Amino acid sequence: MTTADLAQYSDLAFRSAAGIYVLAVTLLVCELASTSTRAVVRRDTARELVGAGSVPLAGPTGPGRVEAPQGRPLSDRLGRMGISLVGLGLVLQVVSIVLRGISAGRAPWGNMYEFTSLVTAVAVLGTLVMLRKHTVRPLSVFVLLPVVVLMFIAGTVLYARSAPVVPALQSYWLVIHVSVIATSSGVLLVSGVASLLFLVRRRFAEGAEGTSIVGQLAARLPGAQTLDRVAYRTAIFAFPLFTVGVILGAIWAEAAWGRFWGWDPKETTAFITWVVYAAYLHARATAGWRNTRAAWVNVAGTVVVLFNLFFINMVVSGLHSYAGLN
Amino acid sequence: MSATTANRPIPAPEAPEPPRRPLATVRNAWRGLVSMRTALVLLFLLALASVPGALLPQRSLNVQKVDSYIAAHPTFGPLMDRVGLFEVFASPWFAAVYVLLFVSLIGCLLPRSWDHAKNLRAKPVPAPRNLARLPHHHESTTDLDVSVAADAVQASLRRWRTSRHEGTGDRAGEIVISAERGHLREWGNLVFHFSLVGLLVGIGIGKLFSYEGQVIALADGGPASEFCNTSTSAYDSFRAGLSEDGTGLVPFCVKVDSFSASYLPSGQAASFGAAVRYQSGNDLTTGTWRPYDLKVNSPLRLDGDRVYLLGHGFAPTFTVTYPDGQTRTQTLQFRPEDATTFLSSGTLRFDPPAGLYPDADQRRRNQIAITGLFAPTANVEGKLLTSSSPALNDPQVAVDVLRGDAGLDSGKPQSIFTLDPNLQASGRLVREARVNLAEGQSTTLSDGTKIQFDSVTQWVSLQTSHDPGQVLVLIFAVTMTVGLMASLVVKRRRVWVRLVPGLEQPSTGSGRTVVEIGGLARTDQAGWGEEFDQLTTTLLTSTPDPTTDRTTLNTPGDTPR
Repeated sequence: MTTADLAQYSDLAFRSAAGIYVLAVTLLVCELASTSTRAVVRRDTARELVGAGSVPLAGPTGPGRVEAPQGRPLSDRLGRMGISLVGLGLVLQVVSIVLRGISAGRAPWGNMYEFTSLVTAVAVLGTLVMLRKHTVRPLSVFVLLPVVVLMFIAGTVLYARSAPVVPALQSYWLVIHVSVIATSSGVLLVSGVASLLFLVRRRFAEGAEGTSIVGQLAARLPGAQTLDRVAYRTAIFAFPLFTVGVILGAIWAEAAWGRFWGWDPKETTAFITWVVYAAYLHARATAGWRNTRAAWVNVAGTVVVLFNLFFINMVVSGLHSYAGLN
Repeated sequence: MSATTANRPIPAPEAPEPPRRPLATVRNAWRGLVSMRTALVLLFLLALASVPGALLPQRSLNVQKVDSYIAAHPTFGPLMDRVGLFEVFASPWFAAVYVLLFVSLIGCLLPRSWDHAKNLRAKPVPAPRNLARLPHHHESTTDLDVSVAADAVQASLRRWRTSRHEGTGDRAGEIVISAERGHLREWGNLVFHFSLVGLLVGIGIGKLFSYEGQVIALADGGPASEFCNTSTSAYDSFRAGLSEDGTGLVPFCVKVDSFSASYLPSGQAASFGAAVRYQSGNDLTTGTWRPYDLKVNSPLRLDGDRVYLLGHGFAPTFTVTYPDGQTRTQTLQFRPEDATTFLSSGTLRFDPPAGLYPDADQRRRNQIAITGLFAPTANVEGKLLTSSSPALNDPQVAVDVLRGDAGLDSGKPQSIFTLDPNLQASGRLVREARVNLAEGQSTTLSDGTKIQFDSVTQWVSLQTSHDPGQVLVLIFAVTMTVGLMASLVVKRRRVWVRLVPGLEQPSTGSGRTVVEIGGLARTDQAGWGEEFDQLTTTLLTSTPDPTTDRTTLNTPGDTPR
């Protein structure tokens, strides 16, 4: 099999993954729409009972299985199918990334198409990992929406043919620096989405969602506490990782450009990102900022990350503008 | 004496309020500055102040872009320039924000370090009277004696800082173990923030003592291929730190023997490399040259200085043969105009040989200038020369040959790549020919002067960098990251175990002990319920036989769902 064939299979896998994500989003949205708010309330009450410890922990029906004996309702089945599809899509996307790497003979994150693919894959993986520990299935819909949009942009505007990279990128630092930054960016995306949903949930508190569309949507979301916890957990995982990524980038810049920091637009925006997330962590420890305001800061952080990914590379030219766009 | 003292009217208290008020204002201002809220606001300001640095062209990166931006925005451009929006990171307002932030940081850190030092020496705090009031609580009994049970509990809490309190008064006979863990969190916090200060110091040292010099060298091993780091004049451009005047450079010499580049069919570069030789230290006196393969990602690292390969280009060689047979040959770098095809432009100026013209004025009127384009792989459409590849396959030039005052004697600073357009406009410089030449081809002017395009040499642009602060910056960056991780991952927990002697069991004769466990999460509440349950299990297995277990797991809201 030639490298061109591999590149073609990689593209095919990428497009299939995007298609499957779209299908998964459809199913998960159907789940959201078909779940009656009463069921949500029932589910939440059941959970609270478990939480309060009134149900014996080692009882025959463990947490989350309260309704299992009656057979799963349609909405639940839809949701499970959706999540299975997300898993399948992720496998395909990983296959696409690996094939890309083999066909180009280098780490498969050398231009914006490849970088975006990696970021979205990490975001999806991050969501699935969160699903194992928290019941936040609706979160996956709202992570998948930007993921699908990003993948569409990656596959059309940003697409670059599988090829070796310019000499400046031919370094083992490409493998380390870019993968670390992509991983942290993907996880930060999940964190931002969780904070955004947290804000919606705060606006429409549990039990007082009202009858507006957003309120009805909020009623189907996980609880505010859970969302906040997911946002925080992902942020404190990704922030040190991002810090390491920036430091690795500085070490690489010292070897490639002659200085470890030069306020190149990408570096400046990375600095802004870092400061915004530092502010998020500080806000969580400041009275009066703990909830809503901290969440807004986290959302702003995600916006800066996306801004750094697209605007800085595509509009502001700097040393990081390889991207395969010109 | 004493009488006078006694009789002296007591001086009226000099209104204690006014002198204290400014003090109070200062104190309040200081408290305000070191508060978390201020730090938060300053962080936002720092992020906000950096935004123009990312969005607007910056002088430190590209002067031409700044100039064209100002030219394109005649109303706001100069205004923005005056407030420093084109050199954000050197502007006083940016400095004000980070200086305030660091003052606030240090003001916050010092008392916290003091508290932390005190905490490290302090014993874990005594238990609250009623452990059942804590968010997590558990109670059971054991057959062990109070002190034996206490030993067992303490042994199984060996990774915690514990202290043992004997009850007194109405609580005589009972033993309370206080346990704490997670001091590493505050250590991490302090290390992280102090590292930030260290980072700033390292960057400051760099700003004072660093320098950067750029030079273009021909890659042919000849005289123009060598430069020595002896004075700033060896460089085409030199940027020095605030306390660096270029007199104390550590000497070394670099000579470029050859440059090679390979390209993909698309024209994208696949590799760059320059074969250089260098001497430094003792080699300078012995004259030893050591080889090095200089590449984009592998600079030549000498003692304190680094030499980088930044760019490359082409330098055509022209020979002018004057009517009397004298020749003058020049090789000069052309500037790449197109980064993908390396179509380059440049200008050569020739002064006539001495004695050819009677006086200086005649000499000046007969200077020769060659200006135009160079293409490494020629693609000629009609007379128009473009380049189809950056590789050196079929070099050609498309040049104008001009005679007259080429500006060599004007004394004005001018670009080496272009001619001053005023010279042609005023008629002092007149075009004699416009030709396309391949290697070895020549053209002859009306007076018999022959212009020949001989060959082409590659040039490389090298940069010497020196930054004594960067190792410090790296060290502090690493400690900062380690501190950050510790401050986010380590959890602070407090646990108390109260062992109360129960009623004598008549059947066995041994005393029963009531084990009360209470726990408190000081950070990261999430997941503490699970942790507490696990800890309880561990503690109870160390104090076995809970036959009549009166468990009251009290875990509101924190049980993982």
